[in-house]
Amino acid sequence: MNAFAGTGVLTRLALRRDRLTAPLWALVTGGLVASGPGSLGGLYDTPAARAELAASMTANSSMRAFYGPVYADSLGGLTAWRFGTFAAVLAAVAGLIVVVRHTREEEETGRQELLSAGAVGRRAPLTAALLAALAVNTGAALLVVAGLAGQGLAGALALALAVGGTGMVFATVAAIAAQLTESARLAKGLTAAALGLAFALRAAGDAGDAGGNSPLTWLSPLGWTVHVRPYGGDRWAVLLLIAAAVVLQTLLAYGLAARRDVGASFLAARPGPATGRLSGAGALALRLQRGALAGWGTGFLLGGLVFGGMAEGAADLVGDNEKAREIFARMGGQQGMTDAFLATLVSLFGLLAALYAVGAVLRAHGEETSGRAEPLLAAPLGRLRWAAGHLLPAFAGSALLLALSGLGLTLSYGRDAGPLLGASLAQLPAVWTLAGAAVLLWGAVPRAAGAAWGAAGLCLALGWIGPALDLPRAVLDLSPYAHLPKLPGGPASWTGPLVLTVLAAVLTAAGLAGLRRRDLRF
Amino acid sequence: MTNALAVTGLHKSFGRTHALDGLDLTVATGEVHGFLGPNGAGKSTAIRVLLGLLRADSGTVRLLGGDPWADAVALHRRLAYVPGDVTLWRNLSGGEVIDLYGRLRGTPLDPARRAALIERFELDPAKKGRSYSKGNRQKVALVAAFASDAELLVLDEPTSGLDPLMEEVFQECVREARDRGRTVLLSSHILSEVESLCDRVSIVRRGRTVESGSLAELRHLTRTSVTAELAAPPEGLDRLPGVHDPHVDGRRVRLQVDTDKLEPVLAALLAAGVRSLTSTPPTLEELFLRHYADDEAAS
Repeated sequence: MNAFAGTGVLTRLALRRDRLTAPLWALVTGGLVASGPGSLGGLYDTPAARAELAASMTANSSMRAFYGPVYADSLGGLTAWRFGTFAAVLAAVAGLIVVVRHTREEEETGRQELLSAGAVGRRAPLTAALLAALAVNTGAALLVVAGLAGQGLAGALALALAVGGTGMVFATVAAIAAQLTESARLAKGLTAAALGLAFALRAAGDAGDAGGNSPLTWLSPLGWTVHVRPYGGDRWAVLLLIAAAVVLQTLLAYGLAARRDVGASFLAARPGPATGRLSGAGALALRLQRGALAGWGTGFLLGGLVFGGMAEGAADLVGDNEKAREIFARMGGQQGMTDAFLATLVSLFGLLAALYAVGAVLRAHGEETSGRAEPLLAAPLGRLRWAAGHLLPAFAGSALLLALSGLGLTLSYGRDAGPLLGASLAQLPAVWTLAGAAVLLWGAVPRAAGAAWGAAGLCLALGWIGPALDLPRAVLDLSPYAHLPKLPGGPASWTGPLVLTVLAAVLTAAGLAGLRRRDLRF
Repeated sequence: MTNALAVTGLHKSFGRTHALDGLDLTVATGEVHGFLGPNGAGKSTAIRVLLGLLRADSGTVRLLGGDPWADAVALHRRLAYVPGDVTLWRNLSGGEVIDLYGRLRGTPLDPARRAALIERFELDPAKKGRSYSKGNRQKVALVAAFASDAELLVLDEPTSGLDPLMEEVFQECVREARDRGRTVLLSSHILSEVESLCDRVSIVRRGRTVESGSLAELRHLTRTSVTAELAAPPEGLDRLPGVHDPHVDGRRVRLQVDTDKLEPVLAALLAAGVRSLTSTPPTLEELFLRHYADDEAAS
């Protein structure tokens, strides 16, 4: 077992480094599901109301696209339907971040070299990373069991294993990606792309088949999560499929890891030009960020095309269903199911664009702390111009992303070209507000710059699942997205967007003023 | 002669850590100035204040006649900086980085000069940032700095990771820069490099300048080792001023003496009759060890 020597020490190191984030991921993922019975029970307090909800949701193809079909109208079954997919996506994101952080990122920074020079087996680093991911997913799964045990232990167990298992499926995908690329950023991007593809396959499959039997959903690990049908028959065999995928992918990752050197990868770096044409800070920042922007842009365009095609199905819903209307209205729309569906989509793209924008702003923070900004700022380059180079891809890039998703929706929905594009771009003020908050944190309190992710994540959670939790208005209003008009369909109001745009400008200016005054961080 | 750099009473704290505690530093235009001190003495912090990357808590700092915080961009046009630990963008080639720094300075690099430096440093400019070794990353920054022909070169342990041949090339480049009238601030731990390049040195310890002057002046301040065999046992040697660690073993004597107090010691030895005598001037190593070791004793 020499190849695994040192695994225990490395695992403890990983958990020690993640002592804050790992419990947080588990808490958010597991706690979200655990809160389901309480919040849904308050909203749909009679069996009749729940049966009606289940029937209307399963009848509606666009709702199936988001959440999958409803397999049981018990509180447990509705919780699994409403939160299962979202929790599985969260578990997958946590898994991919943890695994890449403790494998490729360690190699990229050169820290692994020092560790591997100790009594550390060849398989130990990867094993430790997977164990750390397993710890996060186990924590989340235990919370799910604890929160849902009251609704039936078997179903709780099935849902917990489905969510945690999906997390491990993508953790092991990340383990493979980490062998393929030299860059941690790219390894995360590849795994995130696989996750996006899995979501799209399941969404398209479930939208097209009310029984949940579309072969497309069987191609997607997120489809497997739904196929487990917690509280709706508890199909344990599907869990075996998830386990088999985890084992096979783990073996593949080990196999790839054994065939390469520390620090090396299968997609090797090619030489670059011997002379450069980068004309300055702006060109450099654009060059550094263009890969991410291209990846996000492709995702937004494809996402728009896929989901725009499903919009027609939203109107399938039987017209006299009060509860369904209510939940649609709560999810962002006011008139017409199609408009509501499109408005939900548009706001979803808006929320995702904030993740890109925050990442792009914090890229400048990463340049600073990694020491790459130091010689740049020792050259004749003012801090504001340097910062502007990174803020341009963040602010203009998020506008481009929303335009692309709007374009995709327009093309595949095929009607009302102008309004959909406009509705997408109307999300910008909220995106910019979050980006501005990131600038402020970075410029004024750089130690806490990472909190910008927390702000974006909070808005995402409030926007995606907040309405179904029936949270008080004051809490929902914390998110800048709550102050945007619900488009298409809703009344176009300019006050909210205008106020948010001014707020974004103020936040950004304050952040830049802080950046000018403070010490650089090393 | 004007000063390229004048720092007096510079203080800088990070929380409760006093990184700089009244640092003084004067570098005359056209000189190569060695900036020395043990690890953690505050050398890099001082350089970052000089570059306007950190803001001084108190003290005065003049760099090329300006204020490095307020006039950062204008001053940076006239200087080039090489950090001790160069980090590059993983997907940009060394050549791209060199040209980027040239363009940032506003005056594109002279292609012949750039090519000559790349040749001399044996750098492959087509490699991407990630594939360079530590020494090669240093070379990228060195080529960018020397190719710029800036008035002032600020070099923070620039040769860490360079092999001896490249170290030689580096020293040639610094001498050429001095011959063209450029000013160099060189922070370094490599004593042979300091000895062969620097006109003057400043030694910092715990954020404060402890010695400053030419190497000859500094040597004067240190001790000479004397070993002698005498005709008769000496008398009263340990009472002479400036004598340290005298070991008298019959007619054999070993002692250290402050170099400026050498004469009375020699007179005392002569009085006892000298059979043989060796006197060793302090090496640069001893000079630094004394300052660096004091630091250990004090902390």
